[in-house]
Amino acid sequence: MVKMNRREATAALLAARGDALVVSGLGSPSYDLHAAGDDARNFYLWGAMGGAALVGLGLATAQPGRAVIALTGDGEMLMGMGALATIGVAKPQNLSVVVLDNGHFGETGMQASHTGRGVDLAAAALACGFAEARTLTGLEEVRALAAPLAAPAAGPRLFVLRVAAEPLPRSLPARDAVFLKNRFRASLGLGVN
Amino acid sequence: MDDGRAGWPETVFAALKAADVRHMSYVPDAGHAALITRMSADPEIATHVLTTEEEGVAIAAGAWLGGVRSVILMQSSGVGNCVNMLSLPAMTRAPLLMLVTMRGEWAEFNPWQAPMSRATQTVLEAMGVRVLRADAPEDAAEAVSAAATMAYEADGQVAVLFGQRLLGRKTW
Repeated sequence: MVKMNRREATAALLAARGDALVVSGLGSPSYDLHAAGDDARNFYLWGAMGGAALVGLGLATAQPGRAVIALTGDGEMLMGMGALATIGVAKPQNLSVVVLDNGHFGETGMQASHTGRGVDLAAAALACGFAEARTLTGLEEVRALAAPLAAPAAGPRLFVLRVAAEPLPRSLPARDAVFLKNRFRASLGLGVN
Repeated sequence: MDDGRAGWPETVFAALKAADVRHMSYVPDAGHAALITRMSADPEIATHVLTTEEEGVAIAAGAWLGGVRSVILMQSSGVGNCVNMLSLPAMTRAPLLMLVTMRGEWAEFNPWQAPMSRATQTVLEAMGVRVLRADAPEDAAEAVSAAATMAYEADGQVAVLFGQRLLGRKTW
């Protein structure tokens, strides 16, 4: 079976984002989010590996009326697997974690990751108390997820998108995190100190 | 025994409330137990228990992006777990307030606490976090209040270390 192109999958997933807030993890997820369309409501991480889902949790807690999507990769999710337990206990109804899973550490030479060797992140999320967690392998499934992703749920959700491990041209968002922070907060009506 | 120590967590709680802190995350420590209980019981404060301290650094940055002031409670050993994640508040210049109870520096029975205890302030400062200390109960709230101003009003990354002498001997 041909695996999904991660750029197509990300664009399909966010096609109905509405006013959802999106945090992306370092490396390819940040490039994928930027390629899907730059937006003040995007916060791109360029480091702090392991943090994307948890930045999402903090944001979801602070903005309970908004859908929050944390877009990350298998490498980052594996580094911060404790986050699954923390989010599973916190039970935010407006947080979805989306793992673009190519089974490899794509930024560092395409070494096989743990998911490429059999570790199942969706099963781990369910075991941690997520309301929904499953693995998607086709673009049609991803398109069908776009609308429910922007709506409240019974609890935290995690979706693993199986994507191809292939080199893609970089699509680089701004690296100035102060700019990104102020732009993001301004979109929520929050001021600058 | 009331040696004046018993009330300090309540004064710290009042300082955090005065600073409009609405979120707290923690890895427990006996020295933080009263404050954790107090904050968890407050309906205006959301709390998250963490599996490791660095999670709190990421959650606090997310909370600030969403307009909420967060504080992280941890023991000195947990500071070592935070190091790379401290890049996040450093780069975003987002407020960070960490309250750290010290082990390994006063009447400590467990030698395994010593290495990270010695490194706590050095590691924080190496990552750009300003360190304040409180070694007497009457100083705790003022240090927290000063740190909260530096964090939330001045976009600072600040840790307050509560000395083990303030906390008292651990009952063993």
